[in-house]
Amino acid sequence: MSLIHEIDYGTPASRSETMVTLTIDGREVTVPEGTSIMRAAMDAGIEVPKLCASDMMDAFGSCRLCLVEIKGRGGMPASCTTPVAPGLEVSTQTPRLKDVRRGVMELYISDHPLDCLTCAANGDCELQDMAGAVGLRDVRYGYEGDNHVKARNNGEINAKWLPKDESNPYFTYDPAKCIVCSRCVRACEEVQGTFALTIGGRGFDSRVSAGMAEDFMSSECVSCGACVQACPTATLTEKSVIEIGQPEHSVVTTCAYCGVGCSFKAEMRGEELVRMVPWKDGQANRGHSCVKGRFAYGYSNHGDRILNPMIREKISDPWREVTWDEAYAHVAAEFRRLQYQYGRDSVGGITSSRCTNEETYLVQKLVRAGFGNNNVDTCARVCHSPTGYGLGQAFGTSAGTQNFDSVEFTDVAVIIGANPTDGHPVFASRLKKRLREGAKLIVIDPRRTDIVRSPHIEASYHLPLQPGTNVAILTSLAHVIVTEGLANEAFIRERCDWSEYEDWAAFVAEPYHSPEATEAYTGVPADLVRGAARLYATGGNGAIYYGLGVTEHSQGSTTVMAIANLAMVTGNIGRPGVGVNPLRGQNNVQGSCDMGSFPHELPGYRHISDDATRETFEKLWGVQISNEPGLRIPNMLDAAVDGTFKGIYIQGEDILQSDPDTKHVAAGLAAMECVVVHDLFLNETANYAHVFLPGSTFLEKDGTFTNAERRINRVRKVMTPKNGYADWEVTQKLAQAMGLNWNYRHPSEIMDEIAATTPSFALVSYDYLDKMGSVQWPCNEQHPEGSPIMHVDGFVRGKGKFIRTEYVATDERTGPRFPLLLTTGRILSQYNVGAQTRRTDNVVWHAEDQLEIHPHDAEQRGIRDGDWIRLASRAGETTLRTLITDRVAPGVVYTTFHHPTTQANVITTDFSDWATNCPEYKVTAVQVMPSNGPSDWQQDYDEQARQSRRIAGKLEAAE
Amino acid sequence: MSHDTNAKLIYMANQIATFFKSQPQDEAAQGVATHINKYWEPRMRRKLFQHIDSGGEGLSPLVLEAASKIKRPEAA
Ligand code: SF4
Ligand code: SF4
Ligand code: SF4
Ligand code: FES
Repeated sequence: MSLIHEIDYGTPASRSETMVTLTIDGREVTVPEGTSIMRAAMDAGIEVPKLCASDMMDAFGSCRLCLVEIKGRGGMPASCTTPVAPGLEVSTQTPRLKDVRRGVMELYISDHPLDCLTCAANGDCELQDMAGAVGLRDVRYGYEGDNHVKARNNGEINAKWLPKDESNPYFTYDPAKCIVCSRCVRACEEVQGTFALTIGGRGFDSRVSAGMAEDFMSSECVSCGACVQACPTATLTEKSVIEIGQPEHSVVTTCAYCGVGCSFKAEMRGEELVRMVPWKDGQANRGHSCVKGRFAYGYSNHGDRILNPMIREKISDPWREVTWDEAYAHVAAEFRRLQYQYGRDSVGGITSSRCTNEETYLVQKLVRAGFGNNNVDTCARVCHSPTGYGLGQAFGTSAGTQNFDSVEFTDVAVIIGANPTDGHPVFASRLKKRLREGAKLIVIDPRRTDIVRSPHIEASYHLPLQPGTNVAILTSLAHVIVTEGLANEAFIRERCDWSEYEDWAAFVAEPYHSPEATEAYTGVPADLVRGAARLYATGGNGAIYYGLGVTEHSQGSTTVMAIANLAMVTGNIGRPGVGVNPLRGQNNVQGSCDMGSFPHELPGYRHISDDATRETFEKLWGVQISNEPGLRIPNMLDAAVDGTFKGIYIQGEDILQSDPDTKHVAAGLAAMECVVVHDLFLNETANYAHVFLPGSTFLEKDGTFTNAERRINRVRKVMTPKNGYADWEVTQKLAQAMGLNWNYRHPSEIMDEIAATTPSFALVSYDYLDKMGSVQWPCNEQHPEGSPIMHVDGFVRGKGKFIRTEYVATDERTGPRFPLLLTTGRILSQYNVGAQTRRTDNVVWHAEDQLEIHPHDAEQRGIRDGDWIRLASRAGETTLRTLITDRVAPGVVYTTFHHPTTQANVITTDFSDWATNCPEYKVTAVQVMPSNGPSDWQQDYDEQARQSRRIAGKLEAAE
Repeated sequence: MSHDTNAKLIYMANQIATFFKSQPQDEAAQGVATHINKYWEPRMRRKLFQHIDSGGEGLSPLVLEAASKIKRPEAA
């Protein structure tokens, strides 16, 4: 193992298909037109000295180190800004170039501190490297004159010197070491798209500055780290590198936070993680990342992590630490007892969208083969199950149609119910880049999300609909497209069922679907809907990206179908730049769905009633598999309350915090006799658990995650599990304790079993993934290299299916008692229920959940910014602080759900999607009133949580 | 049997019926039945039938129409 060094070609690759041949240092090189001479040279293996260039961004041409000579042309052009031309004869090293380069380096070094030995970048500094490369041997100018290096000059205060900025928890900015190459500024603009940095001043006075000469924390900076990665010196440096030193080996792995699935190099020193650096070959992220993946891994060492298994008789007892063997034996005995006493179907399991495919596969196998029923579900239930159902019905496959690269070819992006800058930051950066190049944007969201208006980006249309009226708006859009003759009939005739189309077209053409008619309840002016429909239908490649604002509704599945209809009616399917793209919440939501986590489906989305599929698994596993669907999470809880469901094994999920109607979830859990929680921390669900099995982090195991573009990415172990075992090992031991003969020695063997049983994974193996980097399923005989884009020549189901989508108002309505609509979401620095991110320095950005409320609604209630308020719905009430903002419309309030004390889900009701029971998080009728502190429920809850976290023989952890 | 969970089951069945009611008429009842057969665990279907057999109060007519096409689970 060694440190992976990625080649920096100096400038981005050219997409041109015209090739140009030239000679560099006597070597003939052929490259695409538009390539820089610098890049062409690197292609030929010749590294031209450079400081201000990097292939992550466009050339800038400021350092003058990369000069070359071209035969027949005068002067010394910069190779980073000079494109290739046929027949050029380039020299990269001549006596004249050597002199000039040394002169340039001498100037740089004369204003740079010479503390290389103790510098954090020692060993990883391009300035050092270049001094070496050009053969700089002495520096004639001292620091006596003007400089940025010393705090004092001859006893006087040096006004040009600036102190270090250490405000960001993860990196420092030391202006004394800056060479003003502006790579950071360009990374922030071009790669991240935040525009937080500028170069202020001119000439020798120019400096990098965050925001309006603020510190990094007070600026617009979102701490993505792109600037840190781009900086060639120690000016911007990870604090972890300052503390630990330079890494000595690295391993490529996958982020365990969101569904973008960024690839990282985990850079290590021994078993200590020094830093995470986004991997340029990562096909989802192309060398970029967000604050969570790059920096928020500290939770893996957090003191709250539980490392020993524990059991207890009653949930009011303190926990008792036991050996692993005792824990397995206990669980096996309990589950067998429950099944004997209450029937085979009285137990079940929940797989995790945070765990690997292999781990998820094992949990569903344990339920199906070990428990002998199909009571397995996953927390994808509460986020994207309508995607599976809706897209399955319309196209025949339960997944997004594109890869992320596709966005580079999009002309009109439509974002529905998603907040990508917070929820899917790296995708947002890639989208913003395309928008700055001129693509148009339509946003359909009750809230004015950041992307509606941000630096150099302005949505053409923002449709601020009333929460819960998605289907009405989307059907209205279809109405405009059909009635104004904008449908792509050629596409429809070729690819879809024409009679279904005619039926659907007649349906949407009904006058009551017109924007003028729906305006009354959607609240969106008709002309905006018409304009948006025309733009999407006629603006070129149209791509729809959607999130939980679509799925988490009582009509979630219908909305997904409406989205599929829009894509088909405009012919936006089956090529780069278009498609229907669910933005998945957690890292492995896609994978956990693929792996048969649903109670009605075996791996690969094959219904449990299909005899042939069951037979495949029955033969391999040597058991009978029930042909009846099992219980979904909400059904399990209902059955628990009814007394017919008694035991559950929950891997890596916190249903008490993440699922709606907390009181109902608590009642269901409390009614069970054996709740087994397998997690890193004593999460909220563990308050109701009888057995706790310590989990491991993504750094501690091998496996795969599948991201929102169906990309199967490797997760690689970089350190020994602190708890002793990877999660798949724990599940296997549990299965063995229950009498199953499982003997996987490595997760790769589990993947082999998946490939052998699941046609869309047929060619997937760890060897193949190592070779390919990653692949997108389906990956089989027909698609040996995987499938970046689906439905290219036809829909998976045959003909695309148009489905009528009638708007039905949710039964969750406002009235005199609950006049406002609450909708929920997430923010950048925190992740889902926050169990991980709350245990990192990311809390500096989001210490508590806040309620966003429009100034008008706040004033009516006498509420000021930052006040404590009471938030009440039919289901319950909680308290939190307010943030007064006009991002939300009057009548709508908004909050996040990252902190357990907020208990936002005490408020949400148990209404759910008609097809999948995906809960309706996005619409709850509420009232807001002033308050002076936590509600009774919050206090009771805190007390109960504190009691239930006691561990015998240990002092209560100070909170 | 909890009254609460029974009410919820009726509500869920009606929600499904509401969707299929808007679909072409000849597919509606079959749509409801297929959906329930595919996604409802036997316990849930059993409860549904108990309710239908005792009059089916509160159930949408489309659910009742679909009942003959819904798989009756074996008695518990
Ligand atoms: S961390 Fe990211 S957002 Fe912040 S200044 Fe650097 S590039 Fe810009
Ligand atoms: S901070 Fe680093 S990247 Fe930015 S201008 Fe200075 S040296 Fe260049
Ligand atoms: S959280 Fe998402 S966007 Fe951020 S680094 Fe991880 S995978 Fe990438
Ligand atoms: S690398 Fe070309 S001018 Fe700096």
